[in-house]
Amino acid sequence: MDLNDREEHRLFREEVRQFISSYRHLVPTETAFSYRLQPRPYSEDVLAWQKLLVKHGYAHRTVPKEYGGAGEEPDILKNQIISDEFFKESIPQGLTSQGISMLVPTLLEHGTEEQKAKWIKPTIEGDIFWCQGYSEPGSGSDLASLQTKAVEDGDDFLINGQKIWTSSATIAQMIFCLVRTEPDADKYQGISYLIFPMDTPGVDIRPLQTMTGHPSFNEVFFTDVRVPKSQVVGGRGKGWMVANSTLKHERGMLSNANGSLDRLLKIKKLLKAETWNGDCLGKDPLIRDRFIALQARVQAMRLHEMRMISEAEKGGARSLGDMICKLVGCQLNYELDCFAIDLMEDHGLNFDDDPSITSASYWQKQSMYDLGLIIGGGTAQIQKNIIAERGLDMPKEPRVKGA
Amino acid sequence: MDFTLSEEQTLIRDSFRRALQHLVDLDNIRESARTEEKTNEALWKALTELGLPGVLIAEDYGGMGLGLLDAILISEELGRAGASVPFAGSTVLASMIISTLGSRSQKEAWLPGLASGEKRIAVGVSVLFSNRKMENKLVFEKGKLNGGSSFLLDFAGAQGYLVSDRNRNFYLVEANAEGLSKRHFPSVDQTRSVGHLDFKDVSAEPIPIEDSLQINQALNAARVVLAADSMGVSETLLEKSVDYSKERKQFDRVIGSFQAVKHMCAEMTADLQPCRALIWYAAYAYDHLPEEFDLNALLAKSHMDGVAQRIAKTATEVHGGMGFADLTGVHFWYKRANSNRATLGSPKHLREEAAKLQAL
Ligand SMILES: Cc1cc2nc3c(=O)[nH]c(=O)nc-3n(C[C@H](O)[C@H](O)[C@H](O)COP(=O)(O)OP(=O)(O)OC[C@H]3O[C@@H](n4cnc5c(N)ncnc54)[C@H](O)[C@@H]3O)c2cc1C
Repeated sequence: MDLNDREEHRLFREEVRQFISSYRHLVPTETAFSYRLQPRPYSEDVLAWQKLLVKHGYAHRTVPKEYGGAGEEPDILKNQIISDEFFKESIPQGLTSQGISMLVPTLLEHGTEEQKAKWIKPTIEGDIFWCQGYSEPGSGSDLASLQTKAVEDGDDFLINGQKIWTSSATIAQMIFCLVRTEPDADKYQGISYLIFPMDTPGVDIRPLQTMTGHPSFNEVFFTDVRVPKSQVVGGRGKGWMVANSTLKHERGMLSNANGSLDRLLKIKKLLKAETWNGDCLGKDPLIRDRFIALQARVQAMRLHEMRMISEAEKGGARSLGDMICKLVGCQLNYELDCFAIDLMEDHGLNFDDDPSITSASYWQKQSMYDLGLIIGGGTAQIQKNIIAERGLDMPKEPRVKGA
Repeated sequence: MDFTLSEEQTLIRDSFRRALQHLVDLDNIRESARTEEKTNEALWKALTELGLPGVLIAEDYGGMGLGLLDAILISEELGRAGASVPFAGSTVLASMIISTLGSRSQKEAWLPGLASGEKRIAVGVSVLFSNRKMENKLVFEKGKLNGGSSFLLDFAGAQGYLVSDRNRNFYLVEANAEGLSKRHFPSVDQTRSVGHLDFKDVSAEPIPIEDSLQINQALNAARVVLAADSMGVSETLLEKSVDYSKERKQFDRVIGSFQAVKHMCAEMTADLQPCRALIWYAAYAYDHLPEEFDLNALLAKSHMDGVAQRIAKTATEVHGGMGFADLTGVHFWYKRANSNRATLGSPKHLREEAAKLQAL
């Protein structure tokens, strides 16, 4: 173990710092969180910032040049350096939409040349926004039971069915979607991964209200939606395998220890700003105790992530250490939010629409959103099943028909 | 020993439960949630006929003259239903403080109206527990109030306000008094009304407080009432979870057949069951074992707050995406539980009081 930067990485860190000081004035004012909470088209300055990051290789650095990226060699440590330096200076990193974080890696892995050439650049630059059409009313945890049908019709598929909980569908130009193309095959073999525009005739979007008060959820209905067969990613009937590689990326996106650290540091500020009987809250032994206990958990997760990164860099396979990240990270974030809310006592009950992070309603909405992430992308219970069955090699729960 | 409800108490509980089942549904919860006032006035009227506003007010003033145990049975039902009506502030705190400490003329001016439901009093005591710096301190001089009071409970539609300063001096103010400015507080709990007041030379009457222990008792009584509300809220969350887990199928089985889901529901129940006795005991103590009351009230609310918070989260998880969405309305109870937690003192604050009470 040697935690010092190697020369190459030391230089790289300098370069990142240089970039930040040269371009700090272009940082957009709106936070990524406010976009997740209240999906809407990105503002000009957010898009410009994203393009700047892509151009300099501080977002999607490994995406090949011909698809709009910087074409750098994969180097997980460099990613970490970017993320740390940006974080330290409170500079927003590259956008993390479902399109950017899930679809792009999937296209790179499974897409045809034409698909890659057409979609990756505008997606990473934020010009094309995607939604994820996986869940259906009857298929959530049991995603592979999905029923949306795609029937062959000449060179096209005709799609009929319904998706639900589709985040941001109202602002998405495109959808990556799981559909059943081989009705006679086993449930895992009959699925295909399709991409198509949301304005294709027959796509009907109905927003659904959520607990945060923002209708970020949608139902998406398909009636005879015609999609050329060439829009399948990864081959007919291979959708389950393709989707799983996407889910892997989603789980990574949902648990990022810097996100927990960000919450922790905001709480630290609160501890200094808020007072009780003249003393700042940070002087209260009980609050100190709770804060330090959370700090230890955040620190453990940050270092754990670094250790996992080093293992991956050396080519290690996905391990138990990776499997716990989504479960632990999402729960930790939720507890951090609840702590912040407690600190503000009854004023912490504010639920107005002020998206600024100094407002109490920020923590309320963040806590609800984080509770949503404990559920989304594979629930906590499903994560535990995966850890036990795949990680610890314990026997599967018996499948009981109709129990 | 008989740790069960009397026949009359069962009757009270059942009549409120039936009425609320009949009168409250998700549609009218949503309707109240959309307004600033939150309060469902039609529901208030209907519950007034069952005697709700006068439950703790003496019969001499037109109330029912019942005990705290009766009041918490009602409170539990309000929480269970997610009812948008005044209770902990107007019906409990204001009625109690005026009944026990008010002057004769204050009693005569307010209690009959409170008992009949024609009048309501919003109560502002947040300053006693909140750690926020109050730039706008409440000052009483020559019959006039200046400053501010935040987080008044049962705010909308009140005819009067009862506000406290940091030193537990209480003042009564008419809602139409000059110099008063009112603001609704956009609370996370969308089923009850909260608001802020600013005073500029507003005529006010002090409550003649001889014994400030009685203020404590009233506050603690209201805390038990909120604990009971959270118990009702938790009951609903648990019931919705169990029902949903018996209906919802994944992997060709109802999700309730997965041990993971069963255990979530069993843990919610195991957490919740003992709360009932704790809350009942605290309420009983108010009328029958006064020396036991304060401590048990503090134990009841601080404990219930934690249980309800866990249940709110777990119930949402059992519902999956359906819990995050608005469709089942689970979030209204989630928010009400978390709001009760931060009202009239957070668990941490109450535990501190409980420790002090025992000279620890
Ligand atoms: C904030 C948020 C954003 C989302 N965004 C999207 C999106 O953009 N696109 C999209 O397609 N989907 C999205 N989803 C949907 C999400 O993927 C599903 O909610 C999730 O997979 C759970 O499915 P479900 O809601 O049907 O719950 P269910 O699968 O019905 O689960 C209900 C309960 O049963 C438990 N359960 C189910 N099966 C088992 C089992 N085998 N063992 C133990 N317990 C079990 C679950 O853990 C849960 O507690 C989003 C969800 C949330 C909350």
